[in-house]
Amino acid sequence: MQQRVNQAETKTATLWQWINNTFHRFGSPKYFYDLTGKLLPWCWAGVLLVLIPGLIWGLAFAPPDYYQGNSYRIIFIHVPAAGIAMMGYAVMAFAGIVTLVWRMKMADVIAKVVAPIGASFTFLCLVTGAIWGRPTWGTWWEWDARLTSMLILFFLYVSVMALRAAIEHPDVAARATAVLSIVGIVNLPIIRYSVNWWNTLHQPSSIRLTGSSLAPEMLYPLLACIVGFYFLFAVLVMLSARNEVLLREYRSAWVKKWLKP
Amino acid sequence: MYFDSFADFVAMGTHGPYVWSAYALTLIVVLANLGVILHQGRKVQATIRQKLRRQQLQEQDSYEP
Amino acid sequence: MNPKRKRRLTIIIGLVCGLSVAVGFGAYAMRHSIDLFVTPGDIAAGTVPTNQRISVGGLVVDGSLKRGDGLTIHFDVSDNKSVVAVSYDGILPDLFREGKGIVVKGMLTEDGRVVANEVLAKHDENYMPPEAKAAIEKAGHPKGV
Repeated sequence: MQQRVNQAETKTATLWQWINNTFHRFGSPKYFYDLTGKLLPWCWAGVLLVLIPGLIWGLAFAPPDYYQGNSYRIIFIHVPAAGIAMMGYAVMAFAGIVTLVWRMKMADVIAKVVAPIGASFTFLCLVTGAIWGRPTWGTWWEWDARLTSMLILFFLYVSVMALRAAIEHPDVAARATAVLSIVGIVNLPIIRYSVNWWNTLHQPSSIRLTGSSLAPEMLYPLLACIVGFYFLFAVLVMLSARNEVLLREYRSAWVKKWLKP
Repeated sequence: MYFDSFADFVAMGTHGPYVWSAYALTLIVVLANLGVILHQGRKVQATIRQKLRRQQLQEQDSYEP
Repeated sequence: MNPKRKRRLTIIIGLVCGLSVAVGFGAYAMRHSIDLFVTPGDIAAGTVPTNQRISVGGLVVDGSLKRGDGLTIHFDVSDNKSVVAVSYDGILPDLFREGKGIVVKGMLTEDGRVVANEVLAKHDENYMPPEAKAAIEKAGHPKGV
């Protein structure tokens, strides 16, 4: 009995050690560069084999909605873009925490490159939503809680980028933007639950943990598009982060070796 | 395909302009992101080569008596 | 984790928690101004000011849409508890349907009617093809479910 407890303890200890090791290995720029080099082709494949078929499925093969007609097909970019906008911010804020607590340089690389990409997807979410709103609601924009909190997310991204650009010293910039990113986390649950907490023009979520209120022939292409957008986001972040890593590490031997040919 | 003809597909009922402008904008934003990143990649390589060359020259200079 | 990192992490968690509480209280205090619209129930309860710009949200009551003189139209908006009469002089959105959700912007008169100057259509979180909708209605389910 005692032996078994000890075994379990060693197992948890090894697991914890493994997590710890993996975490710290990510702090190595060379490891990151090699790993993303291997992952990139797979993510490109995801874009080609999941996102593009998903979009074609949604545009041409999914049936129209009984109430909204064909305008609802904007959902296949609007909802994935909203997901990326929020997930991207969470990634940036988490990287900020790692920067502040562990002083890990790689975390700041991620935080820096995610900001403009996340801002682009937030912009897409806002504009596709407005384009969808015109034929369905009869207005491009309404200051309801969901739309306003999403606009605030966009401005949070922009201010994080502006703050980084305004501070010349890279370490100071890293810490300052990390703090601002972390403060903005509060907005994420507000966006998510705004449609439940307040009266809004925007309808509640259609996909919930308890199930979906979309017909299956609309849900499957939407899920494909959501997964596909994650692949696209991963491709953009990895490509951009690889540039940033090379630029920051140009003095190290592995970059010189990589540059030689 | 759900639509009866290609013309129907383009028209999207009466919602063609809305749907296609949303998709076109998405394509533009994604390609712009990709373009900026690839351009930066080329710029980074050039910058690193330049910096390393300068570093080498400085090291050579310092060996002079 | 070394004590320095632990301290920094504690500060960050404290910061986020404190901020969440502050924003939470703020949002709770302002909940009525964050709400985009009031409901017919609020009007019935008498908490809505008259002769002031307001928005009212609810479902258009089945069979209540009537054309008045000129361009003016009349319909009732309900939240399944109370009903309020709306008159509107303008163009309705494409998705305006009896039994469906809308938001009207306008003024509440002294006698408890709403004179609207803008009508927005709402839609719900249900998406389905027309055939599926027809099948549900044929099977005798109530409208809008």
